[in-house]
Amino acid sequence: MSEPAVPYAEALREFEPVIGLETHVELGTASKMFCGCDASFGAEPNTHTCPVCLGLPGALPVVNARAIESTVRIGLALHCDIASWCRFARKNYFYPDMPKNFQTSQYDEPLCTDGYLDVEVPVEGGTAETVRIPIERVHLEEDTGKSLHVGGATGRIHGASHSLVDYNRAGIPLVEIVTKPVAGTGARPAEVAKAYVTELRDVLRGLGVSDVRMEQGSLRCDVNVSLNPPGAPWGTRSETKNVNSLRSVERAVRSEVERQAARLRAGQRIVQETRHFHEDSGLSTSGRSKEEATDYRYFPEPDLVPVAPDPEWVAELRADLPEAPSVLRRRQIGSLGLSELDSAAMVNAGALDLVLATVAAGAPAAEARNWWLGPLAQAANAGGVEPADLPITPDQVARVVAIVAEGSLTPGLARQVVEGVLAGEGGPDQVIRARGLAVVSDEGVLAAAVDEALAASPDAADKVRSGKVAAVGALVGAVMKATRGQADATVVRRLLLERLGVSE
Amino acid sequence: MPEITREEVAHLARLSRLALEDAELDALAAQLDVILGAVAQISQVTEAADVPPTTHAVPLENVTRPDVVRPSLDRDTVLAAAPAAEDGRFRVPRILDAE
Ligand SMILES: [Zn+2]
Repeated sequence: MSEPAVPYAEALREFEPVIGLETHVELGTASKMFCGCDASFGAEPNTHTCPVCLGLPGALPVVNARAIESTVRIGLALHCDIASWCRFARKNYFYPDMPKNFQTSQYDEPLCTDGYLDVEVPVEGGTAETVRIPIERVHLEEDTGKSLHVGGATGRIHGASHSLVDYNRAGIPLVEIVTKPVAGTGARPAEVAKAYVTELRDVLRGLGVSDVRMEQGSLRCDVNVSLNPPGAPWGTRSETKNVNSLRSVERAVRSEVERQAARLRAGQRIVQETRHFHEDSGLSTSGRSKEEATDYRYFPEPDLVPVAPDPEWVAELRADLPEAPSVLRRRQIGSLGLSELDSAAMVNAGALDLVLATVAAGAPAAEARNWWLGPLAQAANAGGVEPADLPITPDQVARVVAIVAEGSLTPGLARQVVEGVLAGEGGPDQVIRARGLAVVSDEGVLAAAVDEALAASPDAADKVRSGKVAAVGALVGAVMKATRGQADATVVRRLLLERLGVSE
Repeated sequence: MPEITREEVAHLARLSRLALEDAELDALAAQLDVILGAVAQISQVTEAADVPPTTHAVPLENVTRPDVVRPSLDRDTVLAAAPAAEDGRFRVPRILDAE
């Protein structure tokens, strides 16, 4: 059921994109937003509930002080103005993911407004350009429960006979960060969107306010996209929900640009609607038409009193903010002693933290860089995941580098070890033992392979004898191949030259 | 002065998941109109006197609690109060027109 599409680059030569991002982040508080229930992830369903988060009659919510503090710190890190006085609001809707039949949120009085985040977006040639993303608002609300749809196709609502709901997540503090519409991203709206969410994730991680794990849903994105002909007013936008990985943020913008361009080109109009992103196909499908805000019948929450952050306290929080990730990154890159081009490549590949961790685990910077930008970047690409999500740790990469340095592994064998780790065969030492991957430098063992190589390529042997020592390379290669890369190449070369009566 | 229409009442009823008969819509439109009229009168008075709208009878701000975990309810007790439960979860009818 995929819709017609115009290829991304072509679509962006014909139309100008405007994007907007709404990011939800679950705060890493110990307890929930309005009650003392445990807010940690992964407990047995419905074991973290109480009268407040179940919305039982008579229950009285009380605001978690830490959640307010975290939200103000997020606002400050995003250069926002902090409200001197604001209230919570009820957002009314009937859906079983909220047992109260309303979500406690903020409406026209958000805690933080009007900020920005500078992000580095990759450009051709391997460097990066800084783009300023304007932030409209940062507000505090509560997360909803989790539904499991039974009877339909794998967890989808469509065709389900009934749903099972777990309210452990209902009431966990959730911060919503909304950008202003971002125009002028030219040919790279998808790249800008991904860079923004990546930088935002790093900011949130640096603040220590959330574990920002997209795969566990503690950081989630809604992506708005519209297109307009050059110079024309902005087009009608769609909102794609369910975008739950960095890679998907990019794919969601890309596929929506391609879909909208095809409709506009065919003279069709864009419907303002909510679309659902599907991780498997990278495409989205149409959902319900968007409700009007008035349909939620927001009103100030009568069970909670206003929040009025003390300006002195806000000033203290501002003074205590950690170094911005972009500043920290520049400092760390400087400490690695790698080129600017390398640094940009590492940032673009999402590999900088991994390289730094590998260096911290004892590997030389150049080696760490080579692994993460080389074989591991390729493996991540092939698997459609971020390098950080590969089943290999920086410690393990550093261990492989160390074993190569000791001389117990050749570079070729090291690759096989890493393949084994990626395939889930265990840590490097385990893979080396299980696969029997050790350098063979025993001359007795290698002699047979050397003789075979000489017999198989008499031409090469003659060339070497006649003084073209470089031709020995092909023979070394043959021995390496015959020993599945396990031979010590230096020993092999020496043995070959000895047999051929040539000295260097 | 407010003049709430039958269509607006029908819309509100749908949002509130209330099944109303046609006759009830007309009756409620008239009643809601009276209520909104009364609210509008109060608004006139407060606007004239420059009284800011209030959401609370008590003049408090910044009522918070420390971020400390307190015991939750026992799951069996919680689920016993639900109309239906399955696998430790609340069982609810399938959700229509949601996707
Ligand atoms: Zn609770």
